[in-house]
Amino acid sequence: MALVAVAIVLALAPRAGAQEPAGDDGPAQGEPERTITGTLRYEDDSGEDVFVEGVDVTVESSDGSFSETGTSDADGRFEIAVPEPGTYTVTLDEEGLPEDVGLRNERPTLTIQLREGRTSAPALFPLGFGEDAGRNVSTSFDRFLRLTVQGIRFGLIIAMCAIGLSLIFGTTRLTNFAHGEMVTFGALMAFFFNVTLGWHMLLAAPAAILVAVAAGSGFDRFFWRPLRNRGTGLIAMLVISIGASIFLRFLFNFQFGGFNRSYRQYTLQEPLEIGPITIVPRDLIGMGLSIVVLVAVAVFLQRTRMGKAMRAVADNRDLAESSGIDVDRVINFVWAAGAGLAALGGILQGLSQTVTWQMGFQLLLLMFAGVTLGGLGTAYGALVGSMVVGVVVEVSTLWIPSEFKTTTALVILIAILLVRPQGILGQAERVG
Amino acid sequence: MDWASIFDNTLRALLGREAIIYALAAIGLNIHFGYTGLLNFGQVGFMAVGGYGVAVSVLQWDLPLWVGLLVGIGAAVVLALLLGMPTLRLRADYLAIVTIAASEIFRFMVSAPSWREVTGGSDGLSGFSAEFYDANVIPDGSYGYGPWRYGARDLWILVVGWGLVLLATLLVYLLIRSPWGRVVKAIREDEDAVRSLGKNVYSYKMQSLILGGVIGAVGGMFWAVSQSSVVPGNFGTVPTFYAYAALILGGMARVWGPVVGAMLFWALLAFTQGTVNELVANELIPNSIMDANQAGNVRLILVGVGLVLLLVYRPQGIFGDRREIALGDR
Repeated sequence: MALVAVAIVLALAPRAGAQEPAGDDGPAQGEPERTITGTLRYEDDSGEDVFVEGVDVTVESSDGSFSETGTSDADGRFEIAVPEPGTYTVTLDEEGLPEDVGLRNERPTLTIQLREGRTSAPALFPLGFGEDAGRNVSTSFDRFLRLTVQGIRFGLIIAMCAIGLSLIFGTTRLTNFAHGEMVTFGALMAFFFNVTLGWHMLLAAPAAILVAVAAGSGFDRFFWRPLRNRGTGLIAMLVISIGASIFLRFLFNFQFGGFNRSYRQYTLQEPLEIGPITIVPRDLIGMGLSIVVLVAVAVFLQRTRMGKAMRAVADNRDLAESSGIDVDRVINFVWAAGAGLAALGGILQGLSQTVTWQMGFQLLLLMFAGVTLGGLGTAYGALVGSMVVGVVVEVSTLWIPSEFKTTTALVILIAILLVRPQGILGQAERVG
Repeated sequence: MDWASIFDNTLRALLGREAIIYALAAIGLNIHFGYTGLLNFGQVGFMAVGGYGVAVSVLQWDLPLWVGLLVGIGAAVVLALLLGMPTLRLRADYLAIVTIAASEIFRFMVSAPSWREVTGGSDGLSGFSAEFYDANVIPDGSYGYGPWRYGARDLWILVVGWGLVLLATLLVYLLIRSPWGRVVKAIREDEDAVRSLGKNVYSYKMQSLILGGVIGAVGGMFWAVSQSSVVPGNFGTVPTFYAYAALILGGMARVWGPVVGAMLFWALLAFTQGTVNELVANELIPNSIMDANQAGNVRLILVGVGLVLLLVYRPQGIFGDRREIALGDR
């Protein structure tokens, strides 16, 4: 059984490390003075620290009942007493800053939590000089460009994971809810080779992809094909895929633990600056690699016999079968290739962010959004839809807080279902 | 190995609070999936809007508890309309995708720091059930027999909870025997045939989605009120699939299926979890294979396996009729 094989491989994987440190809330003391503090400091051209004096900082409580303004002293330090624990907004008066000095993150207003039992909370205003001063160089158009590039990177990863999902749906009509776990599986296998066995990433990644391809093929051969042959209904298979997803996800949690971890290579990199865009080399190479792989997939689908067979099965399974295509073999190939692509997507995502036991499941919603947007069952649709979802989700953070960015994907999903349920590249099909 | 306490806990779980919550959630799913054939993978979303509806109205808007309950129900109706409108005219998997997405998004939104003042962020909200406890008519004391021994407050919670389960079951029993029930069952079997008889399939599906969602929300409200807190972490994707497992175990498209299923499901979970914990604590399973942290995952792994095995080998569950759950061609 493929699942058993997965379990055995995972049994070799590293074990959960020590417990994460518990919350570091200090003990509550009588009735201490509570303050919000910070230091205004920047580095000038020679790299020397300069402290900014005389800038106003305003603290307001969230319900508006308290408001107090303080001024930074000669050491750049401000300290504003607040009456009680709670949420405060802290605003820096940018007008008071010297010329050529600005906020690097362009966030003059912060929301600070002063927790019960704490006596002070820090408010961080990272300042920069000249080129570094956010307000001088970084126009909102530059931010838009930067987010677009991030969105393209993210979209490429979603696309790579989603093509398999879409092809599996196209050839078998199964919406595979366990596809996210195939993404996680690739990332975790790479982690196993890279960190546990100590192989270099350049070796670990291809090895992980090979294992994932074998696992994907086995998953179909020993799990899904017998189910299809038994005549298990599609809806039942959908729920079975959810069962498989839960099983695998918590098996990963069992083995890997609930932590975010990183690969050994390429984690700390100096960002490159290309015009207004800053990007770390690993993301740039990852994007290049994704584009190469996606183009290769497109050429494969368009030019090779297997690719044509895949499209034929997706188009009309019975017709394909009666014209001599070995449908089971094609489906098996789709599972293997889909798993390999998902693994690559997982590894790139793990390199760019961190590796966790539920990283794939978190991507699954975005994959669904991308695939539905592009047209369920079409490979190119998955590509286009995922790119749109990736870019829109990232760029939307220009206007909405970043914690709501996945909400954007759902809004897209619902909107597209209302307006054009077959997706951008799908063919209209009357269902009811 | 402390078998006595494992068995005690198992028997208590049979009638426990979780069994009530998941019985209600599964009754809702039974209307959706068992009778109408709607694939709702986000039942937890309905439970969450119910729970948060009560919590926010009582704590933030200073409304009485009963108004809060109405708000929770209203929120579930709105959610059902929102999810149903784009998807119910489409193939079944679209509803599945949109419901699971919506339930996750709702959880992200209530735990978002920007809305902390209303929803309490990742800490959630607590302390809104005083009215429910005050309404307790049971005098102080200890009641029950054997493992089922409860104080006045616990007994009150259980009595109200099982009362709700009975009401919901009665409602399903009556509805399914009505003309309405025959139409939704026919939709499950063959949508096109029903449409050609001149029935508005979309409207019936929507009614079913709303009704099942509201019953799920009642489960969520009972969950919230009985423990006097809502925490976003409780409303991940797992509860939906616990409810599915309970429903399929008991038997879909059967009036008592979800209720018996939820009781057995929680008894089974309590038994396996108790056994695994004891095995780990007594080092009968060496710590190198499984430690106490990992033991918590075991039941979820087992639920996943159980769901797969049930659907493959006995999709009708304990009471179901195989002919009535022709899960095929939709």
